[in-house]
Amino acid sequence: MILSTTETVPGKTIRDFYGVVSGSTVRAKHIGKDIMAGLKNIVGGELKGYTELLQEARQEALERMIRQAQSVGANAVVNVRFSTSNITQGAAELFAYGTAVRVE
Amino acid sequence: MEAWLDPALRLGAPLAFLLVTYAIGSAIERRHFRLLRVREVRSRHMPVATILEPPADWEVTGSALVTGSVVVSLDYWKRFLAGLRLLFGGRVSAYETLLERARREALLRMKERAHEAGYRAVIGVRLETSQIAPNGRQGKGTAGVEVLASGTALKLAR
Repeated sequence: MILSTTETVPGKTIRDFYGVVSGSTVRAKHIGKDIMAGLKNIVGGELKGYTELLQEARQEALERMIRQAQSVGANAVVNVRFSTSNITQGAAELFAYGTAVRVE
Repeated sequence: MEAWLDPALRLGAPLAFLLVTYAIGSAIERRHFRLLRVREVRSRHMPVATILEPPADWEVTGSALVTGSVVVSLDYWKRFLAGLRLLFGGRVSAYETLLERARREALLRMKERAHEAGYRAVIGVRLETSQIAPNGRQGKGTAGVEVLASGTALKLAR
């Protein structure tokens, strides 16, 4: 599965469109990571625990999107976009979407 | 016990705390900016662009999605400064530097990942900023900002 943030897959031609595919996941913060983050909050800087948490979650959202694209018979997803929304305190939704296509 | 000692302690303790966080925080910030410059120079050979089409003379042999992200915290000193700013208005430079650090870091991580996987350029780059809500009520607890850089990495013939 080829993913791309551009309108086509560079170097290939789009043969078929299958419409929008998406994947999402909602994650809550881990209490242990939150305590570490609370300490880090005093002096500032990167919150590594959160960076990893969101990366993992985003990867899962992508994988769900890929599975959906596979099920409609696509071999690439173009114009992939990410979006993050805070649903409630301590939980966030990671969302990935794009257009499923067949390229050659 | 002298009468002036108690109010002095009450005022002095948070003030001392703020000064310590300021000292540590700004040292971390200076170090980060120094590292960012070094890594930016090191990865200068890799073009990164927001254009959606590769230039016509590039022979693209492969492509993949690459991302880089970072969550940075809003520390007490910066929040204190921003709180003061809210009274007078104007530029909140404490947050400006924080977001600049986060964006440059996210872009660098994306570039470095693309480079490690053998790609030569990144196009269609997007930057997204989102706030991570604090756990507690009314802005208490840990708060952070995430910056995500995403793009299409290209393998080039030649």
